[in-house]
Order: sequence, then C-alpha cells, then structure tokens
Amino acid sequence: MAVIFVCFLLAMVTPWLYRIRPELSVGLLMAWVAVVFLWFSQFYTDVHQGQFYQEYWQWVPSLGIQLSLHLDALALIFVWLISGIGFFILFYASGYLKGEKNLGRLLAILMIFMGAMLGLVTSNNLISLFVFWELTSVTSYLLIGYHFEQEKSKKSALQGLLVTVAGGLALMSGMILLAQVGGSYDIQYLLSQADRIQESPYYSLILVLILIGALSKSAQFPLHFWLPNAMAAPTPISAYLHSATMVKAGIYLLARLNPALGGTELWFWSLLLLGGTTMFMGAAFSAFSADLKRILAYSTLMALGTLTMLLGIGSDYAMRAFVVFLFAHALYKGALFMAAGTIDHETGTRNVFAMGGLGKKMPLTFAFTLIAALSFAGVPPLLGFIGKEFLLEAALLSWLVLLLVAISSIFIVAAALKVAWLPFTGEFKDTPHAPHEAPLSLRLGTMVLASLSLGLGLLAWLLNPIFSQAASNVMGAELSVKLSLWHGINIPLLVSLAALGLGCLCYLWLRTRSQTVDWIEKLGQYGPEMMWETFWQKLLAFAKWQSDIMQSGNLRRDIWVMALVTLGLVGWAAMRHWPGLPELELGEWKIHELAVVSVAFLAGLYTCLTRQRLGAVAALGALGFSVALLFVFFSAPDLAITQVLIETLTVILLVLVLFRLPRFQLYSSIKERWFDAGISIIIGFMMLMFILLVSGNHYYESISGYMIENSYVIAKGRNVVNVILVDYRALDTLGELFVLAIAATGIYAMIRQPRELS
Amino acid sequence: MILIMAFLIGSMYAGAIYMMMRRSIIKLVMGLIILANATNLLIFTVAGPLRRGAPPLIAEGSIVPDQLVADPLPQALILTAIVISFGVLAFAVVLIHRVYEVIGVDDMNNLKDDSE
Repeated sequence: MAVIFVCFLLAMVTPWLYRIRPELSVGLLMAWVAVVFLWFSQFYTDVHQGQFYQEYWQWVPSLGIQLSLHLDALALIFVWLISGIGFFILFYASGYLKGEKNLGRLLAILMIFMGAMLGLVTSNNLISLFVFWELTSVTSYLLIGYHFEQEKSKKSALQGLLVTVAGGLALMSGMILLAQVGGSYDIQYLLSQADRIQESPYYSLILVLILIGALSKSAQFPLHFWLPNAMAAPTPISAYLHSATMVKAGIYLLARLNPALGGTELWFWSLLLLGGTTMFMGAAFSAFSADLKRILAYSTLMALGTLTMLLGIGSDYAMRAFVVFLFAHALYKGALFMAAGTIDHETGTRNVFAMGGLGKKMPLTFAFTLIAALSFAGVPPLLGFIGKEFLLEAALLSWLVLLLVAISSIFIVAAALKVAWLPFTGEFKDTPHAPHEAPLSLRLGTMVLASLSLGLGLLAWLLNPIFSQAASNVMGAELSVKLSLWHGINIPLLVSLAALGLGCLCYLWLRTRSQTVDWIEKLGQYGPEMMWETFWQKLLAFAKWQSDIMQSGNLRRDIWVMALVTLGLVGWAAMRHWPGLPELELGEWKIHELAVVSVAFLAGLYTCLTRQRLGAVAALGALGFSVALLFVFFSAPDLAITQVLIETLTVILLVLVLFRLPRFQLYSSIKERWFDAGISIIIGFMMLMFILLVSGNHYYESISGYMIENSYVIAKGRNVVNVILVDYRALDTLGELFVLAIAATGIYAMIRQPRELS
Repeated sequence: MILIMAFLIGSMYAGAIYMMMRRSIIKLVMGLIILANATNLLIFTVAGPLRRGAPPLIAEGSIVPDQLVADPLPQALILTAIVISFGVLAFAVVLIHRVYEVIGVDDMNNLKDDSE
C-alpha cells in the first residue's frame, strides 16, 4: 500500500524537480515505477498458487471503510500491466514531449493516475475502490485536456469527464446498495455472498447501476463516443489510457464482481448485447478510419466490447479467453499506440493514406510495429493469436456470436494492416516532416512490448499458472488455463485462418479507397454522441433560461420572487399545521416598553417615507437605539451594549458616505410604490402571524440549561453569554473574526484603489 | 407584550422589504439595516419567553444564577449576528460609494451595462 502512496508523493514534487533537473525527475519516476513493479512481483510465488496478499489500514472504521489491499492473480496481472507499461510510457512521454514547458505537470498527473489505477485494482473495499476510480476520472480529464489551449482538446476532455463521472455517480449508488444488501464493503466478503445478493429484490437495480458505471468508464455502446474523441490527448497519454488502464477499469470491476453479480440472465444478456454491439461497431469503424490514432481507438472499443461480451457469456472458455485476451491486448495496443505516436512525431501526419515507404527510413520502427500488428491481427505465433483462439472457442456458444466475432476479426486484420503495412511500404510519399528513425525513447516501449507479444506467444506455457489463477478469480471457481499455439485442427483455427485471409482481401480493397473511408468515418459522428451533445446544450439553455427568470438582474423583481416564495412556503407550512388563531391578548406590558416600541415604529415609518437623507439616517439611528433599549428591558445587557456601539458606528458611517451620494430622488412611479408597499405589508403581516404562531412552542429542550449550570463550574465565567461566545462556541466566534477581517480587507482595498484604475 | 413585539417586528420587515425594492442604492442599504434589526428582534422574541430584569449573569459568590434567567443562547447568537451584519453593512456602504464614484448613478436599474 505504501508503495502506491509514494507515487502520489513523488507526483507532488515532480513539477518542481522537473524544472530544476528534468532528466533526474524522469529517472526518479521511472525508478519508482520499477520498484512498484518488482515489489508486487515478489508475491508472484504466492499468487500463482492461488494465495493472496492482504493489507489493512483503517480509514473510517465506523462506516466499515478501510484502505485495504488484496492482491490476487487478477490484480497482479493488472498491476503488471499498469506499472510495466507505465514505465515505458514515462520514458516515451519524456521523449515525445521533450521541450514542452508543461511536461513536468504532465508527468506528475501521469504518476497520480498510475497510483490511482494501482489503488483501484488492488482495493478490497468498495469505497476505497470508488475513491481511486474517481481519481482516475479526474486525472484522465487533466491528461486528455493537456493541450488546454486547444478548444477541441478541452471539449473532448470535458466530454470524457462528464460521461465517466455521470457513470461514477451511478456506480456509487450501486456500490452502496450492494454493500447494504451484501452486508459489508469488503469485496472478498461480498463475493462469498452471491446467493444473498442475487436473491435480493434490489439485485436488478444494483446490477444496472454498477453496469452504467463500469460500461461508461470502459466506453461501451451507447456511451462509447468519448473514447475516440479522447484521442485529442498527446499520444503517450492515449497509449497509456487505452492499452492497460483507464478504460480497463470498468472491465476490471465487472471481472472482480463477476462471482457476486454474474451468472444471471440480466447479466448475460446486457453484457452480451452491449459488448457485442461495441465489439462489432468498434471493429467496423476501426477498419474504415484513416487517422492512425482513431483506428487504434476504435479497435480499443472492439477489444473492450469483446471483454465485456466474454464476461457476459461467463462460461469456462469465456473466462479463459477473457484473461488471455486482456493481457495480449494490453501488450500489442500499448506497442501500437506508441508506434503511432512515433510515426506522427516523425512525419507530422496521422493519416495513413498520406504516408508511404516509411519502412526504409524507419526500419526498426517498422519491424516492431509489424510484430505488434501481427499480434493485433491474431497471427501465429504471437500472443494475440492465442487470445483469438480462446475468444473463438468461447464464441462457439452460438453461431450468431461466432459470426459476429469472425466479422470483427476480419475488420481488425484490415485495420492492423492499415496501421503497420500501409505507411511503411509502397512508394515514398512526402510528409510535413522529413522522417528518419526515431530516438530510443520513442522506440523502446514499442520494441519491448512487441517483443513480449512475440516471446510470450512462443513461451506461452510460462503464463499458465498465473492465468489459471486469474481466470479462477474472475470465475469464482477453480479453472485451469493451458496456453499453446497448436490446438489441432478445429473450428476456431479454421475461422481464424479464414478471417486472416478475408481481412487481407478487405485491406486490399480499402487500400486505395480513402474517399469511402472519409465518408464512413463521418457516419461515426451521428448516433449517441449527437444525442449526448444535444442533451448538454438543452440543459445549459434550460439553466440559462431559469436563471434569467430567477436572477433577472433587476433587484426589485428578485426581491418579489424571494418574498413571494417565502410567503408561499411559510404560508403552506402554516396551513398544514394550523393550530387555530392564536389568542390576541396583550398580556403584561409596561408603559415605557410601549413608548419605546412606538418610537421604533415611528422611526421606521419615517425612514421609509422621508425624502431627506439626514432625516432618514437619524430615524434609522433612533430605530437602532430603540432596539437596544428593548434588549435592556428584556434582560439582554450584552446585546444592548453591542447594539449601541454598532448603531453609533453605523450612523457615523452612513453620514460620512451619504454626503458623497446624490440626494434621494423619486425613481419609481406612484403606482409602483403602492404595489411594493402592498407586497411589503403582506410580508410584514406574515411575519407577525408567524411570530404569534411560533412563540411559546418549544419542541426541543434547549441546551441553555446545561450552559447556565456549567458556566461558572467548568468555564469559570459569570457572564453566561460571554462564556458561550468565547468558550462553548469559540470556533463560531473565530469564524466571525475571519468574516470581519475579510470585510475589512475588502473595504480597505476599495478605498485604496484609485479611481482611474477601475 | 408578545403581540406588541410581533407588531413591531412585522412592521420593520414590511419597511425593510419596501426599502429594498427602491431603486436608490442608499435606500437599499437602509433596508438592509432595518432587516438586520428586525431579524435580531425576531430571534430574540421567538426564542424564549421575554423576561424582565433577569440577565443571564451569575452573582459573585454563587456558582449558578440565583433566579430564573433569560435564555443566554439566543443572545449569544444575536450578538454574533449584530457584529456580522455590521461587517456586511460597512462593506456594502463602501461598495455603493465606490459604485457611485465609478458609474455616477445611484439608480439600481441603470447599473447594468447597456452593451449586455
């Protein structure tokens, strides 16, 4: 747990450190990520035997919230992907954005994001998981909006944030309900409560809410559109967010909760349909896009859709396929995104139709991009091929699913060729920059990840133990995974080969048709994204409309509104609890009290009606002093003293300022004034009735009794009011001091400011 | 007595609202002053029975008040309110002074920039 928090600490110092020693700060971050990777790897021996490592820190024990770490095989795979790919991303980002002045900030946010992702996948408590979840949303907003001076970048970042945060709200409600039903926030405990959860009447609601959260994060149809738009981010960010992390958070959550929530019809159908749609749509758009990053972004949609669908299917095969595909995808997608960034960096364009013949200029990049793309397309002997074999085997469930998967595979093969073949082969085409081989920082990530795709494809048996455990974690039951390149001649192999062949044909057809591609890519703008945008526009228009009504900028009308609303609410409450007309008895009164009240009344009346400024101020003073006298009569000496002091100051202040203002003028017409007077008198009458109704009704015992009894005993003060102010409610008084200090500062600033400046 | 107080507070509220609806800024501020006074009196009156000659003080030599005293809690709250409302008032007064200095108008309806 501590290793994760150090990520946050390092992030805090990075912006400063980067300014002084850029290389050192990048090196430090990378070193720490390596430490994280290794630290978690030490548990490999435990984890691959089906054990797990746990740590608990109490956070809010009274609510059952802990910061707890639970590392099992599923979590470890994610930790490896996050820290492993993160390591190369940091290096890549430092080369890709070299010389940008905000790079320090970017690295810092990237580090926070990484910490949040690590926390998310290792959390064993729903609430801490949710906190990390939201942290990834916020940091990814900052990362996508890195080029904040670009309108498009800002808009995409906001769109992503709104979609994921709206989903986050649903998720939180779902999690709280889940914990209520399941009896704990502890995830491992909840997983053992599947029956109790699934039999609860709230099950459907819980599932729908959690699905909204998870699927919005993982960009499933119909909330998928933010992901391709998030390509406005700098490429290192896209590579990281879309290969291993952010978008997989939703998938992770579903996989994690599968033993508790999965296996029902609702689960099966919703995930199968949404995942299947996303997979197909992603694959199709991927094949028909021209922009390198968009091709990859849509293919990420396809991968996420596939993973969702596999979770929905829920069979043994599906779970195996889930783990293998997840891992394979992260490796080749990370490599390809970095390669796409490298190409963009070197040529200045991302349009695959505008490039050609780069292979001779950038042979290394070409070679490793090709390896990654072969894994992407599912060609043996790469890891992607094994993933696809498992996927097809799981899809044997029904011929419709199989068909869908097969067509998607065809599109993906075409997309892979478009990324890794089209720009590098054929005749050389002129691009905005003259391309040459990229520096090591831009190549390393692609090289390592692509090599892993190849190496782990060949040595796939190495992964058997950990994948078996991870699949068991997802399934909630023992499951063994045996990876091998050769399964014998069976349907998946035949389908896989057919898809490869047809994919090549599809590529050949597409290669020269950039017009068609343009046209189909435009189609992508319609559909859910348009509805979403319209919704926000309408919402903002509505907000403007209603604030125009409620805050018209005309104070008189604003006060009407407030007065009438108050009148309505108080009147409504009074009607509901009408205790009958209060007794109109004068009760005990003294002549001097009546005299003071009369003075106050007349002074108030004069203030309102006079047209002389000084007279109004004097009357106002008289009113204030009368109030002070009333405080004296009714046993409140402290109030009286304060009131006299303040009233004196008020009068002085008013007199000082008043003579710099114009005389009173009649602005309103007689009719307006009568109208206002009418409203005012109604309000005044309402207050009168209110006092008569309320006074004498004390629903709760006052705490003053305690204060009076203990004023001297505990607080050693004989003036109870003072004791309350400086002792019982000392913090309030401190707050009051701050208010006065702020007001004084404001006044000072306004007086000091010379006239010309404003 | 409560009836008399209620009548006074109701009138003060009416006056305050009326003043706040005037277009002259200085009248608005006066309305605010009346409103603050009215509210303080409102809390004072509603919170507890009005007692005469029984301030919440503890006499020398005893550890609790010798008689039934007025409720000290609303008094403490009102004391805070009086001071805060003065802070707000002082700020408002200087602000309108400044506004008048800059714009040269004290009519609320003409404060808004016409270009908007």
